[in-house]
Amino acid sequence: MNPILEVHNLTYTYPDGRLALNGVSLRIWPGERVALTGPNGAGKSTLLLALAGILHAEGSIQVDGILLSHASLPRLRARLGLVFQSPEDQLFSPTVFEDVAYAPLYQGLTPAEITARANEALAAVGMQAFATRMPHHLSMGEKKRVAIATVLAMRPAMLLFDEPSAGLDPRARRELIHLLEQLPQTLLIATHDLNLVQHICPRMLILDEGRLVADGKTEHLLADEGLLVAHGLA
Amino acid sequence: MLYSPQPMHIPDGFLSLPVSLALWLISILLIGSAVRRLEKTLSEREVPLMGVLAAAIFAGQMLNFTVTGGTSGHLLGAALATILLGPYPAMLVMTSVVSVQALLFQDGGLVVMGANLFNMAIVGVWSAYAVFSLVRRLAGKARWGLFAGGFAAAWSSIFLAALACALELALSGTSPANLAVPAMGGIHALIGIGEGLITIGALGFLYAARPDLLSSENRQQALNRTVWLGGGIIAVLLTVFSPLASSHPDGLEWVAEQLQFIESARPPFYEIIPDYLVPGIPNEALATIAAGILGLVVVTLAAMSAGLLRRRTQG
Amino acid sequence: MDEIQVALRKEESGLYRLDGRVKVTLTLGLIVTSALLPNRPGGAYLLLLSALWAAALLSGVPLAKLIRRGWLALPFGLAALPLAFTTPGTPLLTLPVGNGLTLTAAGLMRFAAVLLKAWISLQAAALLTLTTSIPSILLALCALKVPRLLITVIALMSRYLFVFGETARQLLQAREARSSRADGSRRAGGSLLWRARVAGGMAGSLFLRSFERAERVYAAMLARGYDGEIRSLPQPALSSGSYRLLAGGLLFYLLVGLFGWLTTGGGR
Repeated sequence: MNPILEVHNLTYTYPDGRLALNGVSLRIWPGERVALTGPNGAGKSTLLLALAGILHAEGSIQVDGILLSHASLPRLRARLGLVFQSPEDQLFSPTVFEDVAYAPLYQGLTPAEITARANEALAAVGMQAFATRMPHHLSMGEKKRVAIATVLAMRPAMLLFDEPSAGLDPRARRELIHLLEQLPQTLLIATHDLNLVQHICPRMLILDEGRLVADGKTEHLLADEGLLVAHGLA
Repeated sequence: MLYSPQPMHIPDGFLSLPVSLALWLISILLIGSAVRRLEKTLSEREVPLMGVLAAAIFAGQMLNFTVTGGTSGHLLGAALATILLGPYPAMLVMTSVVSVQALLFQDGGLVVMGANLFNMAIVGVWSAYAVFSLVRRLAGKARWGLFAGGFAAAWSSIFLAALACALELALSGTSPANLAVPAMGGIHALIGIGEGLITIGALGFLYAARPDLLSSENRQQALNRTVWLGGGIIAVLLTVFSPLASSHPDGLEWVAEQLQFIESARPPFYEIIPDYLVPGIPNEALATIAAGILGLVVVTLAAMSAGLLRRRTQG
Repeated sequence: MDEIQVALRKEESGLYRLDGRVKVTLTLGLIVTSALLPNRPGGAYLLLLSALWAAALLSGVPLAKLIRRGWLALPFGLAALPLAFTTPGTPLLTLPVGNGLTLTAAGLMRFAAVLLKAWISLQAAALLTLTTSIPSILLALCALKVPRLLITVIALMSRYLFVFGETARQLLQAREARSSRADGSRRAGGSLLWRARVAGGMAGSLFLRSFERAERVYAAMLARGYDGEIRSLPQPALSSGSYRLLAGGLLFYLLVGLFGWLTTGGGR
């Protein structure tokens, strides 16, 4: 079985000179649920943006065996669904339905296909009833779920999450964890929420100052107090 | 933060001194009157609103959408600011945006800022206001008035600001009128469509989320004078378009190439020049158009100044 | 905005140490002088450019950065290209186009002058913003009698510019992340109208949030005693050193201007 995501020596420097990613390499297999943890400023968001091809990093990224390049990017984008940290900026259309329909519409699918995809995505997150509502008027938890639907509409093979449980009250958080557990896609979740990690992700990565400092079974890493403290996780 | 220079911000050196000074004077006069008027009539909550909205417009100018392969549409925002806030606050908002763009991002010169302010904060705002009021008047209570008005206002603001810009370049002797007017006018007739589309997109969004924000301030200003102004502007547009339309039957396609040309700034100029110098555009026609527009502008300014003075003496 | 904030270094050398009012006045002076120079590149242009670069070097501002900011004028430069052909003078070459386009020496000079002036002015403004914080610039404008209402609006705008800039950037990124091509090469991108609508929706969303933020800002201002009047602290008087620098700078500009006109014999 080939890895669904293969990253080799990924390096990224911000325009102002800050080194955000320093030679990150990793492999993720289909069906895996992997947590990406680390202190603030470690480069987690940057890594996700680079994987989605929004930031152009040095090194190689292969999705489903296809090398990420300028030419292959539009196609590969559909395979990696990136859910941003703030749903405010991810939901930019007047209604929920239009937001979810954006991706298939952009792809040039037929109206029937678009509607089918949108409905399917909304159903997967349990938000069909909200189709005609304005994203602006939803609660944080509802917005997060719609944000996930907007990405599911691309039928991605893998989902990338940036701090999915941030800003949620306990009930919404529980519902989100429940939702994530049921998603069939491969998951890479960047988060501080170690409790969520324990629930959902058997494998855990620790990123600190742009370098991958740990990669192993969650229960082992979480038991290593010294490791956690050293990298701002406890 | 990505920032790309807008095609309508004139840099220093492109306008002659007399033109720059004259426009500085006019802008200071008009913006100064607007400030004095606002200091008296502004409610306190509008001050933070203007500042924050100015930031939104500034940032909003980064939002683009692909028109064709190489070009993209942008937002200027003068029309949107006018529709949301009313003409006087919009003047201040656009002044802030234009001045900071010039100072901080070097988009637009400082000597010629009077001209840029005139084009964007005065012509842009007032043409949008006049056209919007006119369309709204015609539509009465109907909802299409908001969107048709918004589109027309946005388009007019861009087109007329571009014409003013072209006239300034011509009066300064930097670009001859028979080059500047069709080039700027043509390109911005297209860009104006983009502005119009984004504006109604934004208005649609706001109408659905907070319709209260749209129905407010502007009612009090529906004077006859504005309708007259709106009509006058439409007359100008017709005057400008008829000669252009006849001498350039496929003018807009040609202009679209110009759009690509301006974006890439690479192709050899002599491929373009022959079109400019085609003897189909008589200089007299353009001189008349220019004179007509200039006359209209002068009369408009006189009317506005008279109106402002009158209001001041009435206390 | 990042590079602007980052450029204000702690070491406070050269220009960084000067009062904002002095810098703004000197910058405006330089730009006005450049505008007043005759339309033929000459020694005076060089003098202004050298003064600018000297000031930059003394303050540790990298010249490359300054020059790069100045290039922004170029796209507009094409608007002035006709000058090269329409100014009467010694013909250089004629292009076999239409009625015959003649490039003249004087025309070329004029075109170069326009570009140079724009370039110099842009660099001057860039140097000002690289070495002066926004609050200082605003205070300077206040001292130059710009109406306080306008300054307040600009100040609030500057405060939230970065925030909204980030929002706009994230909106654009979110859109990009969902703009993909399906396997089996169908035409992607949607219609122009739809793309414009999406952009409009993004703008509307931005404006909506600005309205709500403005309401919060207003509440915060009220909570701190805002009553509609705009007040500010009085500025300290300028030191005699500052006055001397101002006088020196303005004198320099005057001399450069005279030099420019006397040496080119008024080539307008």
